[in-house]
Amino acid sequence: MTALLIQLLTGLAGASTLFLVAAGLTVIFGVTRVVNFSHGSLFMLGAYIGWTILSRLPRDPGSFALGVLLTGLATSAIGSAVEMVLLRRIYKAPELLQLLATFGVVLILQDATQAIWGPADLTLPRGPWLRSAVMILGERFPLYDLILIATGPLILGTIWLLFARTRWGTLVRAATLDREMVSALGVDQRRLFTSVFALGAGLAGIGGALVLPQGSANLQMDLSVITDAFVVVVVGGLGSLTGAYLAAVLIGVLQALGIVLLPKATLVVVFVVMACVLIVRPHGLLGRPLTATRTDAAAIAPIRPATPALLWAAAALLVLAIAAPLIVGPFVLSVLTDITIAILFAASLHVLMGPGGMASFGHAAWFGLGAYGTALAVKSLAAPMPLALLLAPIAAGGVALVFGALVVRLSGVYLAMLTLAFAQIVWAVAFQWSDVTGGDNGILGVWPPAWAGPASFYWISLVLCVGGAILLRRALYAPFGFALRASRDSALRAEAIGLNPNALRLAAFTLAGSAAGLAGGLAAYAKGSVFPTTISVGHSVDALVMVLLGGVQTMAGPIIGAIAYTGLFDALLLATGFWRAALGACILAIVLLFPQGIAGGFNRPGVAGSVKRTI
Amino acid sequence: MLVVQNLTKTFGGVHAVTDVSFAVTAGEMLALIGPNGAGKSTCFNMLGGQIRPDGGRILLAGTDISKATPRTICRLGVGRTFQITATFASMTARENVQTALTAHHRQTARVWQEADTLHVAEADALLAQVSLSAEAGRPAGILAYGDLKRLELAMALACNPKLLLMDEPTAGMAPAERAGLMALTAGLAQARGMAVLFTEHDMDVVFGTASRILVMDHGALIAQGDAAMIRADPRVRAVYLGTGFSSGGH
Ligand SMILES: Nc1ncnc2c1ncn2[C@@H]1O[C@H](COP(=O)(O)OP(=O)(O)OP(=O)(O)O)[C@@H](O)[C@H]1O
Ligand SMILES: [Mg+2]
Repeated sequence: MTALLIQLLTGLAGASTLFLVAAGLTVIFGVTRVVNFSHGSLFMLGAYIGWTILSRLPRDPGSFALGVLLTGLATSAIGSAVEMVLLRRIYKAPELLQLLATFGVVLILQDATQAIWGPADLTLPRGPWLRSAVMILGERFPLYDLILIATGPLILGTIWLLFARTRWGTLVRAATLDREMVSALGVDQRRLFTSVFALGAGLAGIGGALVLPQGSANLQMDLSVITDAFVVVVVGGLGSLTGAYLAAVLIGVLQALGIVLLPKATLVVVFVVMACVLIVRPHGLLGRPLTATRTDAAAIAPIRPATPALLWAAAALLVLAIAAPLIVGPFVLSVLTDITIAILFAASLHVLMGPGGMASFGHAAWFGLGAYGTALAVKSLAAPMPLALLLAPIAAGGVALVFGALVVRLSGVYLAMLTLAFAQIVWAVAFQWSDVTGGDNGILGVWPPAWAGPASFYWISLVLCVGGAILLRRALYAPFGFALRASRDSALRAEAIGLNPNALRLAAFTLAGSAAGLAGGLAAYAKGSVFPTTISVGHSVDALVMVLLGGVQTMAGPIIGAIAYTGLFDALLLATGFWRAALGACILAIVLLFPQGIAGGFNRPGVAGSVKRTI
Repeated sequence: MLVVQNLTKTFGGVHAVTDVSFAVTAGEMLALIGPNGAGKSTCFNMLGGQIRPDGGRILLAGTDISKATPRTICRLGVGRTFQITATFASMTARENVQTALTAHHRQTARVWQEADTLHVAEADALLAQVSLSAEAGRPAGILAYGDLKRLELAMALACNPKLLLMDEPTAGMAPAERAGLMALTAGLAQARGMAVLFTEHDMDVVFGTASRILVMDHGALIAQGDAAMIRADPRVRAVYLGTGFSSGGH
C-alpha cells in the first residue's frame, strides 16, 4: 500500500513536467490553431540550455531556481523566433502542412542540438539539497519530487490569474473561443500570437530544465515528450488549460502506477484510458467542439483520370522497371526494391489523406505491424514466404480495423495526434517487449528463400507493390472511392443520400492499413531484418512527405513522390551528415513555396484558381 | 404520409422549436414560413435526422423516425436540400448525381467497376429535369450558387423520394429564377406524385406555389391553412407586417 502511495506521488511529480509542456501546446493551439510539433524540441532545448546554465551556477536552491527561469527566457526567445520567422507565414495553410512544417523544425533542431552539445546524454551534478529526502509513511521520498508536485498547480494558478486578470489574458481566452471575433475587434493578431508562443515555449523550456536533476538531457526527449503531450492535450480537450492539468495528472499517475502493477502493459493502459475518454467525450475532458475556421473541401480541386500521355509514360516506366534487373547492378536493384515498397506505402497513406480526408501522422504503425508480423511468422512459426507475406496485411489490417473504429469519428488534428500517439505506442511495444520483438536489437535473419534471389524478390515486390497501388487507385475511381470522397467533401450531404461516412472511412482505414502492412512485410524480407525504427515518427513522416511531394489530390502523386523522395533521401544520406536538418529544410521549403499544398501549386489555373464557393 | 406530433427542440436555453404538430399528405406542396430564427431549419433538420428531437414524434407512413439517422430516413424515401448547399465540391455535377444514384442502388461497396460509367443516362436525365445539362461536366466547386441549389435538387431526387424537404431552395437567386425553380419543383412533384415541404422567404413564390401554408414564429406553429386564410390571419399579419414590433411583443 505504501509503495503504491509513493508511486502515486512520483506520478504526480511526473504529471507536473508533462503539464508544463502540454499547457504551452494547448494554449498555442487554442489561439493559433497550430499543432506545434516542435514543442517537444523546445522542451529538449530547455534541458540542454538548462544543463549549460545550471552546471555553471552554484548548487544551492536559489541559483537552481534562477537557472531554471533563465532557461525559460531563453527557450521563450527561441520559440518566438520560430514563430516570427516561420509559423507566421503559414497560419493560413492547411493544418496538415502546418504540422509538417513544425516537424521540419523538429528535424533541424535535433541536428542543431547534436551539433552544439554532442550525441552523449548530459547529466547534472546534483547539490546536496537535490539529494535530500523526506520520510513519508516510513519511506524516503525525494524532496525534489515534492517540489515538482507543487509546481504543476502553482503554474496552473499563475497562468489562470494571467488569463483572468490581464487584458492580454482576456484576449487569449477570446481568441480561443472565437478567432474571427478577435480579428474583428481590431487586435494586433501578430503580437498576440507571438506572445502566446513565447509563453508556451518558456513553459516547455522550464519543464525541460526541471527534469534535469532526476534525468538527463538527451536527443530522444523531444519526440517522447511530444507524444505524451499530444495524448494529454487530446484527453484534456484541445485549448483547455485545466483539462490539460487533469489529463496530465491522469496520464502521469497511470504511467507511474502501471510500472508497478502492470509493467508490460503500461502503454496499453494509457491508450485504453485515452480511448475511453474519447468515446465518452469526443472533445476531451474539458474541450468543446472546435469552431470551424476554414472549409477545406471548398479548396479541393476535382480529381481527373490520367491523361493518355500520362498512361503511356507510366507504361513505359513499368516496362523499364520490369527489365531493370537485367540492366542494373545489385546496389541499384536494392534501391529499386526500396522504391517499390515506398510506392505502396505512400499510395496507402494517400488513400487516407486524399480521398479519405484523414491526416494520419502515424502511418508507420501499419507498416511496422506488417513488418513485425512477417518477421515473427518467419522466426517463430517458420512460415514460408508466401504465408508470412500474407500475414503482414492481415495483422496490420486487423489492428487498423480496431483502432480505426475509434478514430474515424474524429477529424483534423485530433485524428492526426491520435494516429501519431498510437504509432508511438506500437513503437514502444516493439522496443520494450524484447522477449518477442528483440527490442532494440530487432529481429534478424528474415531472408527470402533460396528460390527468390535479389532479382526474383525485386519482381515479386514490383508485382505486389505496383499491383497493390494500381488496385488502390482502381478502388478510388470505383463507387467506393467516390463515396469516400463524397463523405470527405460533405458528410452532411453524404448521409442525406444514404451513405455511411464513418463506415466508409473505416473501410478506407483498414484497406490503407493492410496495404501499408504488406509494404512492411516486403520490407522485412528486403532488409532481412526488422527494427523498432520502422515504426518511428520519422518513418511516418517519410510517408507524409512522399504524399505531399507528389500532391495529395492527384492519384499519380504518391507514386511520383515515392520515387522522388527515396532518391532524395538516399542522396542526402550520402552527401551530408546533417541529413535530418537537410530533410527538415526541404520540408520547410516545400511548405513555404506551396502553402496550399503542392497539388494546389501545380494544378491547371482553370481548375484550382477558381474553386471557390460563395457560402 | 408524414405526421409530426409535438415536436420540440431546445439549444441550451433557446427554445428553437416548441410543440409543433402538423401533417403532410401525399403529393401536396406545403410551405413552412416564418421570420428569421423562427425554427424552420431546426424543424427540417429533425425531419431529416440531422438533429435529434428533445420531444415529440415524427411518423413517416406510420413508422416513428424521430430517432432514425439521416441515412435511414433517406432510405425510407425522404430527400432533402439544405439552406446552405451541401454538394461534393471535388466532383463534377454529373458525378455528384451519379454518387447519389450509386448510394441509392447500394452499390458503394464496389471497388473495381469504374464509377464514371454507372448510371450515366439516369444522371443526365435528372440533370436535364433541373435544367442543369449544360453544367454536367463542370466541378461542383465552381458552379454558381443557383446552379448548386439545382444540383442539390437533382441529388435529392436521385433517391426517388416520396417526400422532398427543401430548406430555402431559392435563397440567393434572382426573383425570376425563383419563380422558375419553384414552378419546376411543382411540376416534378406532380409528375412523381411526390410531396414537397419547403421554406421560403419570398411571399410571392409561397402564395404562387404552395397548396397549403404553415407559419412559425419563435419556435411555435402559429397558423396553417391555404393562401387566403394565411393572408387574413391576424397573428400572421402581426408577425409579418409589424416586423419591428412583433419580436418584442412575444
Ligand atoms: N445548433 C444550434 N445551437 C444553438 N442554437 C441554435 C442552433 N441552431 C439553431 N439555433 C437557434 O434556434 C433558433 C431557430 O433557428 P433556425 O435555424 O431553425 O431558424 P430558421 O427559421 O431556419 O431561420 P432562417 O430563416 O434564418 O433560416 C434560432 O434562435 C437559432 O439561433
Ligand atoms: Mg433556416
